[in-house]
Amino acid sequence: MKTIVTGQAHVFGDNLDTDQIFPGQYLELVEIEEIRQHAMEGADPDFIKTFQPGDIIIAGTNFGCGSSREQAVTTLKAAGTGAILAESFARIFYRNAINLGLPLLVCPAIKTFISKGDSVKIDFKQGKVLNQTSHKILTTDPLSGYVLKILENGGIKLLVKEQLALK
Amino acid sequence: MHAIEKILARASGNPIVSTGQIVNCRVDLAEINDLYPQTIFSFQEMGGTKVHSPDRISFILDHYAPASSIQQAENQKLMRKFCHDQKIDLLFDVGSGVCHQVMVDEGLVYPGMILIATDSHTTTHGAFGAFGTGVGATDLAVILATGHLWLRVPEIICIHLKGQLAPGVYAKDMILHIIGSVGADFAIYKAVEFTGEVLKTLSVSERMALCNMTTEMGAKTAYIKPDNITLEFIKGRVKKEFEVFESDSDFRYSQKISFDVSTIEPCLAVPDSVDKVIPLKQLVGIPVHQAYLGSCTGGRAEDIAIAAKILKDRKVHKSTRFLVVPASRQVYLDALAQGDVETLIKAGASFVTPGCAACLGIHEGILAAGEVCISSTNRNFPGRMGHTSSAVYLGSPAAVAAAALTGKITDPTDILAKLEKEPS
Repeated sequence: MKTIVTGQAHVFGDNLDTDQIFPGQYLELVEIEEIRQHAMEGADPDFIKTFQPGDIIIAGTNFGCGSSREQAVTTLKAAGTGAILAESFARIFYRNAINLGLPLLVCPAIKTFISKGDSVKIDFKQGKVLNQTSHKILTTDPLSGYVLKILENGGIKLLVKEQLALK
Repeated sequence: MHAIEKILARASGNPIVSTGQIVNCRVDLAEINDLYPQTIFSFQEMGGTKVHSPDRISFILDHYAPASSIQQAENQKLMRKFCHDQKIDLLFDVGSGVCHQVMVDEGLVYPGMILIATDSHTTTHGAFGAFGTGVGATDLAVILATGHLWLRVPEIICIHLKGQLAPGVYAKDMILHIIGSVGADFAIYKAVEFTGEVLKTLSVSERMALCNMTTEMGAKTAYIKPDNITLEFIKGRVKKEFEVFESDSDFRYSQKISFDVSTIEPCLAVPDSVDKVIPLKQLVGIPVHQAYLGSCTGGRAEDIAIAAKILKDRKVHKSTRFLVVPASRQVYLDALAQGDVETLIKAGASFVTPGCAACLGIHEGILAAGEVCISSTNRNFPGRMGHTSSAVYLGSPAAVAAAALTGKITDPTDILAKLEKEPS
């Protein structure tokens, strides 16, 4: 994981649920490329056409609420999401993102700070978000040590792999 | 410490734990459903070859029961083979029912346990004083590989329920009312305990509905202190030794709120969010194309019995489809034994194989564009049960049955009051 990420903002509202991030009708899919094609389809059917690898998702409260479907993270990661900043995250989505190595940060009031298309630079270790379009800086709590350790390993799989190898 | 903290302390081998602490817990039961073959892939990507504790793992094939596409069938086939190869005996195949009901029916849920499942509604098991929480596929794979999972000790909120429910008002109305007033993000990362005299009048089925829906306020887990009702229910079902933990008298909740439940009326969550809750009376007359009774929230034998009471010797309205999905095979058998299945079939209901069915918009009752469904399930997000322009109203099983009868949103208390007056 890169601890500093720069990208263009795509902005969403509050309570964006996993049925919108990855609609239930596609849950049987297992191929990453197929999963990628339906990212955010329930919220914005054109998302995958306009979203560029490295772009950043900005959202309000309770992002990723609803189902435990890990595909909601898989699809956003496969679409090349650089990071997700939200006012709060639903807990299962948060864990899934960390486990799969998709960096995310809780940023209260982020929606008032960033507009669609703004260029955003995030420093995960410092908990700093720079809006390079408006030249404003927002500070928030950086990622905690344990979470950062998982992300720096690209997700939890490598850590478990090492743990199993030690036995 | 709170009982929830004592559960986490026991499972992590710590004498005490406190809010915010990350603890590595031994998981008493890990359950995987058929939406998540990724659990197996992640386990293999971790270098896993043999699961840590096959006797503490269960696979339940409920979301695609039975498979309606080749890919779904392949995913289920993969899971059956994995269970066979890994000597996992607790495989409950198609037709067993929704995981949360199956685990309870099978006596796998008991006070004080740590139950982790790849399903967000694992909070349901707080009804038994268990620590139940949902995770994604890769988290579950960590348990397959190590038998343990890291958990953050949550803040604990107390929701105190004062007074008694009015006739025709159910646990579902109560929890919708609460979610409507606190919001969908009220309890993110936190645990919710219910207290109050009304709990003594709630059956296990109703308590499960209450705890199940705390997921829709963001809760990590739910908790009702086990009492005689709990212990009576699990007697004979649960074979394992278990411990009922008591919260210490000096425990401080992170927040305490209370509701006077005697003032709660039947209510519905209106599209497209579970926290948009309106008294049902204000919605009476909205035409309903489909009435859906089922799921881990509202598909138990008691729920089917309420519907049978409302529809006995009557007919489902000609403009409405009434789908009934028993939460499990055992629930189906119980409803059959009570005569409720026959009553409902005669009234015109369609019975669907026990499982998750159309609750999450996959199969067995998908909605067309612009259609309206009233449902005893747990979510009404845009497109949840079908086309993104379809609408889902969430309510009690009684509200669902009342709409099935009249073809429009109808106050079930009116119908139930009339039934009380009729000579039986």
